Amino acid sequence: MTGWLGRLLVERLIRLAWLLPLAMAGLFTLVSLAPVDPITSYVGARVAEVGPDQRAAIAQAWGLDAPAPERFALWLGHIARGDLGSSITFNAPVAQVLAGRAGASLTLIALAFLMSFAVGLSLGLTAAATRGRWPDRAIRGFAVVLTASPGFWVALLLIALFAVGLGWLPSCCAAPPGLTADEADLAARLRHLILPAATLSVVGTGPLILHSRARAAAFLESPAARHLAAHGARPGWLAWRPGLRHALGPALAVHLAGTGELIGGSVLAETVFAWPGLGQATVRAALGADAPLLLGIALATLVVVFLGNLAADIAARLLDPRLRQA
Amino acid sequence: MIAALTLASPVRRDLLIRGGLALGLVAVLLLAALALPPEGPPVSALARNLAPSLAHPFGTDSLGRDMALRTALALATSIKVGLFAAVLSTAVAVVFGLAAASHRLADRLVGVATELALGLPHFVLILLISYAAGGGMAGVILGVGLTHWPRLTRVLRLEAQTVAASDYVAISRGLGRGPVWIARHHLAPHLIPQIVAGFVLIFPHAVLHEAGLSFVGLGIPPHLPSIGVILADSLRALMAGHWWVAVFPGAGLMLVALTVERFGEALRRAADPSEGVA
Repeated sequence: MTGWLGRLLVERLIRLAWLLPLAMAGLFTLVSLAPVDPITSYVGARVAEVGPDQRAAIAQAWGLDAPAPERFALWLGHIARGDLGSSITFNAPVAQVLAGRAGASLTLIALAFLMSFAVGLSLGLTAAATRGRWPDRAIRGFAVVLTASPGFWVALLLIALFAVGLGWLPSCCAAPPGLTADEADLAARLRHLILPAATLSVVGTGPLILHSRARAAAFLESPAARHLAAHGARPGWLAWRPGLRHALGPALAVHLAGTGELIGGSVLAETVFAWPGLGQATVRAALGADAPLLLGIALATLVVVFLGNLAADIAARLLDPRLRQA
Repeated sequence: MIAALTLASPVRRDLLIRGGLALGLVAVLLLAALALPPEGPPVSALARNLAPSLAHPFGTDSLGRDMALRTALALATSIKVGLFAAVLSTAVAVVFGLAAASHRLADRLVGVATELALGLPHFVLILLISYAAGGGMAGVILGVGLTHWPRLTRVLRLEAQTVAASDYVAISRGLGRGPVWIARHHLAPHLIPQIVAGFVLIFPHAVLHEAGLSFVGLGIPPHLPSIGVILADSLRALMAGHWWVAVFPGAGLMLVALTVERFGEALRRAADPSEGVA
């Protein structure tokens, strides 16, 4: 039991040990390549008041004149001490911005994860149970259309229907106007969460439907399922009981491995709904040339994606003992 | 692919129908953009915020511009950017895939590059590359074009390795054929259909990512027609109940992505010997 887990963890730690430094160098290169003058973006609108002497002084104090490897080493040193720099757009330390916004993003991503897993798996099993007939064709068509739909457009459709047309749900922010998310009561916060989470859940649902349908269909056509059917098992029961057991593991593994795409989708979903999370902060950091925040978010995302992939591998092995041998 | 075209099979029928639909839609939109004035439909104070009608099938926006014309122009921009980006990604995938299949060290390097590219969520990486390139048109094309290669690289690497290790290549070598002859007569017929299918399958992803980048304000500059910018501007109109300003442009983008994706899937199936012959 612990043998395979230990081997997996050691292998992943080794991978992290070479991947992380390379990724950090890559991120640093990307952000340094940007044709943005750090002094201009730091000073902002009062850039005209800064003379050449002051520019030179700031550049020297920040070490901007140093060659790139030296600046990279300086940045690594700061990170090792837990200092991610300070964000220009939010006028606060990057670590503080990350900590303050991670909760909102995680709530959104977790709910979207659960919603798309429930919807994707049940539609996939239904399609497998009725394969070849109209529900199957309708569900597969839905999955394909969903995959080709831009997530932020789905968000606009949801706003048009539920917020403007029917007036059931709010279209913006994490709390009613004038209140912070902490002051609002739970019911109000949940109401604000529904549309953003539904939007974000669109990202993973299409592929999950097709994947769990394929897995369940493969089981339903196997000799074991034919044996059960010969004993009088109904197609619906077959799909939802033993079929579910066959599809659950692979579906969960695929879904966990797609965590990264949920984070990518949250950038768009949070922008549409002005959701106060990290996705919105990513866009504002890129628009405001806020290099420290952009680097901080990218590093945090890198670690979360790595953990998501690790969780996917562990879940797959827990649910399917055959994989532990590999 | 070529073999599949000569077979009367469902795969071939699918390929012809879907290919005709996708190429027809793309051609119509590109031609429409050529025929229309590049600055877009005229502003009209008398036709502001009109709901869809026979005169304006997609309605008009808050400046009285016809949404059908704006959508067609924007889709043409999306298609051009998508084509550029898909060409770039396919080129990277061909170079990486072939290098990885032919050399051990190159294989390791490509493996590391793939791990790095997949280490961040796709959209976040696009955003960072676009930021590094300074945003704008160049930012979108580089961001989208330099991030869609991993899947096709893997396919091409595996295919090239399989062919190179096959018996008939060993026999050819034994008969004294040079590497160029083998590449032309054995490798190319296997790889070219995969490259074409891969290219077509990259396109819809590139178009959707481009729209997302433009939507958050980091893509195509606002003075050019693009679906992302139209949809970003539509939020206010949506609040006033003008749903058509958002519904039709997005549906158009979805339709383009969907038809090309179906075409790409049909191509991939035709290129796959285990399915294409069936």
